[in-house]
Amino acid sequence: MAFLTDRKRAVGLGASKSGTAHFWAMKKSSVALLILVPLFVFTFGPALGGTYEEITAYYSRPFPAIVAALTLLVGFKHFNDGAQVMIEDYVHGLAEKITILLLTCVSYGLAGIGIFAIARLAL
Amino acid sequence: MADVNRGNRPLSPFMIGKYYRPQLTSMTSILTRITGNGLLVAAILIVWWLLAAATSPEAFATADAVLTSWFGDLVLFLSLWALWYHTLAGIRHLVWDYAVGLRLDIAEKLGWGVIGGSVVLTILTAIII
Repeated sequence: MAFLTDRKRAVGLGASKSGTAHFWAMKKSSVALLILVPLFVFTFGPALGGTYEEITAYYSRPFPAIVAALTLLVGFKHFNDGAQVMIEDYVHGLAEKITILLLTCVSYGLAGIGIFAIARLAL
Repeated sequence: MADVNRGNRPLSPFMIGKYYRPQLTSMTSILTRITGNGLLVAAILIVWWLLAAATSPEAFATADAVLTSWFGDLVLFLSLWALWYHTLAGIRHLVWDYAVGLRLDIAEKLGWGVIGGSVVLTILTAIII
């Protein structure tokens, strides 16, 4: 470290140590969810409470199935990005990396399971 | 000079508690994070319910019984409020990104708008559904 000047140590390291990619990803998914969330609430909401036959028939229709699949996909991406920032705020060091790893598994895992279930119901 | 106080600066979250008095703007901000992350509970329930529906009538009966029980109803109703709160607070952030509405009196009005709006939207949605 003694060979590094103060300037060399600082160059390229902004406060976030990265560009605006994360911010822009959050912004894109939040705008998409502004459209998807109301559509999901008003398709899933009325369907909930139906019988097994009614639910399987309902989610074999294209519109409710596509809305649910897109909401889970974009929703879990948005959750992953948001929860990652929360972890970065409160957890530090190795625990931070492990928590983010687990978070990524949970978000993409749940999105995958949900989309698989909808595909199976729809097809 | 760069070695002075390395790694000993206050890190987030340092705003609440002994440094900062709780106020509407900070509370509505922290509630955005709490509601957003809390929605994971409802998301897990819904994914489980969909997977059960895709698996068998028996699996669906179990998942559906949990989601439509009084407890499931309570969780989903609170999640619905969390969803609308997070949505409205998110819109507030999208507006703020354009440096609009950041003056304290306007920010506080928007805060009350988010709180009131989320309650109204939750009740309206519950009536419609």
